Amino acid sequence: MGPLPGSSREEHAGRPTGPSSDRQRRLAAVRPRLLAFARLQLRDASEADDVVQEALITAVEKDDRFAEKSGYETWVFGILKNKILDALRAQKRRGKWQSWDDDGVEEAVERQFQQTGRWTEMMRPKCWGDPESTLASERFWQVFDSCMIALPDNIARVFTLRELMGLSTRQICEEVGIKENNCWVILHRGRLLLRACLEKGWLSEAKQ
Amino acid sequence: MRMLMCWEATRLMSKRLDIELGFQERMSLKFHLAMCGACRNCNRHFQLIHDAGRWFEKHGQDESSGTAPEAR
Repeated sequence: MGPLPGSSREEHAGRPTGPSSDRQRRLAAVRPRLLAFARLQLRDASEADDVVQEALITAVEKDDRFAEKSGYETWVFGILKNKILDALRAQKRRGKWQSWDDDGVEEAVERQFQQTGRWTEMMRPKCWGDPESTLASERFWQVFDSCMIALPDNIARVFTLRELMGLSTRQICEEVGIKENNCWVILHRGRLLLRACLEKGWLSEAKQ
Repeated sequence: MRMLMCWEATRLMSKRLDIELGFQERMSLKFHLAMCGACRNCNRHFQLIHDAGRWFEKHGQDESSGTAPEAR
């Protein structure tokens, strides 16, 4: 599949020539991000490896379809998202998803608030500093990863479909088979749990 | 206007990221946020978490853009 130097410019040939060496380099560079993304969404390292491999193969095979309207990496991420959705549907068919038991999630969320609906003194959200530099910090992403792992599967699935895959709540209802109202409840709980976990990890590490 | 408690305010902060709020909801949230510093922080954190997903893809782009893209 490695084309000769300069062959990417032979677009008149009308047959796929495979990615240019620049795009091959970019595929290799984006691979770790694709893997991290797929792991967060699928919560299964070997399944994540598989979908990323499939996505990379598709990106190479369909290289001539890349329209250059979006960035190349965005296009590759789009391919990966489709593969992930297929994998999730397969997970669901195999019965890998547990029932929607509320395994102590409600209490964990309620513990953040007093009976009156105000924050408890312990859980009052604090300042995290500048959002841009927070997101640019590698440590923030380490905390993010461990907090995502700590989220219950069912909540994490809906949360990542919304926040990583960018599906609308209506689309999520169709994929997961829940009502939209339920979806908002789950996302609200997920965000509260993740926020509290991030704050604990991020602020305690920042102090070191 | 009915006073919102923090818990309900966080519900609206979350919903706001998924669908457009109604006028009443928007006003109650705005009013609560104007008075509650903890909820203002929470609102920023929800927004940051929401942006994190998009940042994920962009970050990959930033990393690979350092590899001198071919001039076309």
